[in-house]
Amino acid sequence: MTLAVNTPGLRSHFRPLFDREYCDGCGQCAMECSFNEIRMETRAGRKIPVANGRSCGACHRCALTCPRGAVRIVAEGMALRPHGVWQADAVNRVHLQAASGAVALTGLGADTNVPVYFDRLLFNACQVTNPAIDPQRELMETVTYLGRKVRSRQELDDVSGYHRSLIRLSMPLVFAPMSYGSINLNFQLAMARVARKKGLLWYSGEGGLHRDLYPYSDCVVLQVASGRFGVSREYLQLGRAYQIKIGQGAKPGIGGHLPGEKVLPGISETRMIPLGSDAISPAPQHDIYSIEDLRLLIYAVKEASGYKPVCVKIAAVHNVAAIASGIVRAGADMLYLDGYRGGSGATPAVVRDNVGIPLELALAAVDQRLREERIRHQASIIAAGGIRNSGDVMKAIALGADAVAIGSACLVACGCHVCQRCNSGKCPWGITTNDEKLAARLDPAWAEERLTNLVEGWHHEMQEIMGLNGIYDVGSFRGNRLILRGVGLSERELSVLGIKHAGE
Amino acid sequence: MCGIAGLISQKRIRENGSRIKKGIVLQTDRGNGLGAGYAAYGIYPEFSDLYAIHLMSADQHSLDRAQKFLEEHFFIHAAGEIPVWKQKITDHPLLWRYFVEPRCHHTEHTLRRSADDYTIEKVMELNRIFEHAFVFSSGKNMGVFKGVGTPQEIYDFYGLDNYEGYCWLAHNRFPTNTPGWWGGAHPFNLLSYSIVHNGEISSYGINRRFLEGFGYYCRMQTDSEVVAYLLDLLIRRHALTIEEASLVLAPPYWIAAERLADDSVRDTMLALKIIYESAMLNGPFAILAACTEGLFSITDNTKLRPMTIGRAGDYTYFASEVSALYEMEQGLRTVTTPRAGQPCIVRLEPEELPVDYLEPDYAAKGA
Repeated sequence: MTLAVNTPGLRSHFRPLFDREYCDGCGQCAMECSFNEIRMETRAGRKIPVANGRSCGACHRCALTCPRGAVRIVAEGMALRPHGVWQADAVNRVHLQAASGAVALTGLGADTNVPVYFDRLLFNACQVTNPAIDPQRELMETVTYLGRKVRSRQELDDVSGYHRSLIRLSMPLVFAPMSYGSINLNFQLAMARVARKKGLLWYSGEGGLHRDLYPYSDCVVLQVASGRFGVSREYLQLGRAYQIKIGQGAKPGIGGHLPGEKVLPGISETRMIPLGSDAISPAPQHDIYSIEDLRLLIYAVKEASGYKPVCVKIAAVHNVAAIASGIVRAGADMLYLDGYRGGSGATPAVVRDNVGIPLELALAAVDQRLREERIRHQASIIAAGGIRNSGDVMKAIALGADAVAIGSACLVACGCHVCQRCNSGKCPWGITTNDEKLAARLDPAWAEERLTNLVEGWHHEMQEIMGLNGIYDVGSFRGNRLILRGVGLSERELSVLGIKHAGE
Repeated sequence: MCGIAGLISQKRIRENGSRIKKGIVLQTDRGNGLGAGYAAYGIYPEFSDLYAIHLMSADQHSLDRAQKFLEEHFFIHAAGEIPVWKQKITDHPLLWRYFVEPRCHHTEHTLRRSADDYTIEKVMELNRIFEHAFVFSSGKNMGVFKGVGTPQEIYDFYGLDNYEGYCWLAHNRFPTNTPGWWGGAHPFNLLSYSIVHNGEISSYGINRRFLEGFGYYCRMQTDSEVVAYLLDLLIRRHALTIEEASLVLAPPYWIAAERLADDSVRDTMLALKIIYESAMLNGPFAILAACTEGLFSITDNTKLRPMTIGRAGDYTYFASEVSALYEMEQGLRTVTTPRAGQPCIVRLEPEELPVDYLEPDYAAKGA
């Protein structure tokens, strides 16, 4: 049995406060709260909202939907005796597990204090000797081609149509895999539309491809994961590319579990499993126990799909550079690297917070290793896991990524306030839920607009960062680590990142 | 800011350095006395089949060790100190030159490589293992002469009145982001490829990592050296034409390449852009490059550095400033300025080969 970390029954860290002066008792907040934190009571003939103080996760849904602006979320501020070891999270976790005997589940990416290396990296800028280029005046290009490339022109018998054998992105950005089941169709539809419109890719995740999304299959990377959900002959011909999922940054080395109560008709049909049955993704793919098995699957997918590009997704773990090398040599055309802070719809907190390594270090190590082995051209690297803004994107590109995937940022763009209860199925913003009423809160057209804005805003910023470095094409930014300097990093960290310290 | 001058006789008429000197000395304000240099092609006809290795060393000990290294890997047919005249410049490294033939065809495992590959590998190895000595010129029948000083001082120091070449490059340096030292002066050379560069290469970080993946070792602490290595990789090793190599280094924008009307031209351009993304140069640059085929210029797509070209008879002149063109040749027939990103290529007329000419490529013989 499993139990959510923030399950009702324990005191919550947060609480909604209602300003009685503004509140007119309309009850909107109680209706919006999907965690039953708020109920309406009648006191002295007047309806008022009352919080129970047990289930608020600071999702801010009530506060932002209140027509009078009468709700605010505050930290509960219940004092624990200060202790260097037993801090609130540790105490709460023990209480929770003592009550349930279950694995503590959570959602999204790790919320620990493991260093965010992106924050320790700073960009260079042109001064005097090389002029900065103004993106408002000059062309700044971010066209990116993904896939297996040749190392020299001589390796190509014929250059005609060569670029069509690869995947063209208008900017080095893709939408990270999030399955139908972990999120709903409205959200996938919004991502698919934006990917089509902006010349990007979206990933299906492991939940198959719903029929309603077939029109967007020319820009989708379809996943073949350990549960093989939705994988059919048709599926293997629909996609623009395929992704074999080995691991995920939020839960390296473990599988997935979509509980039966979430397997509703659409999900059941798309995943090709009985209604209401648990959808179990085993920890390993049970036909891949070694690298040569992976090679077989890569080529099986290539054969079945008419030799579309195949991407292999792994979590960033200690020996990631050697693993990546093996994967590229096994025939992968793209390597999807998911770092420690990568998100998840549901993951044991102990795994999310304690397993894997930060993306920045893994990415730097993989890019360098593939270059040293002279196979870097054979596969594109897609970096994912905790990308928050365009600065992170460009830092990942400078460290060596061909493109960057964003997942959590897309959720946040559509209302998510990172309350980390994706696993509950009660997402008040209607994103990580398939509950009919909750999912209806997410209007695909609105989500599409939000995602479009996000992508366009980041694109402008990416061009600014290129321009202030005097670079008009992202190709000269990619792997160009001289653009970065580290602050407050040790020799060892700098050496893994392959960058100099600020001032050098 | 730096100054560039170049001239070439397509009929290979040789002349001494006096005219190129006038072209570069006129551009005094484009440098600051912390570096100048010349490259001359056709100056060693008596050793035209041998690699002319120019070596710099900070001390005698390093020179001896470097010389021993050369002896191990090459047959040295002639060697000697590069003659210098110490007037203004007195503090300088030891400068030696060696005319060598690779020992590679004596070793079984090197049979499949060409003599050029072997020579590059040994030059890179020497530059990597010796801290105080390095090769700064390694082509056949050509040489680089450079150092810390003004163009006039460097010219007088090496006595370039005494060399006769059909193609000359000159550079006046104003170092900004790397130190002014003897190795950092232009031209940069590898085998027959020499370049002089005005500008700054913002893509250096990735160009260098890209080259390291092909066995090149960047030693000179300055961005410009990658251009010489890139030309060697693209033209000699990957068999691109000069035109194609120029388009790799300064490619058209994606938006322009994707709209090319001719399918085959478009597909070739896109393939080059995709394959050689990491070889593309970014930042402000005007580059003048010489090789055994001829002399050519490349400028950046935003045209942030100047390049002008003049022609008169058999001769073509390149310079950062028009006045420098006229300083080299008063009777210019045409003076043009290339468009942004447009390469300008001047090819030598074919050489008449001796009857007993042998392909100097040992790989061809070995295969």
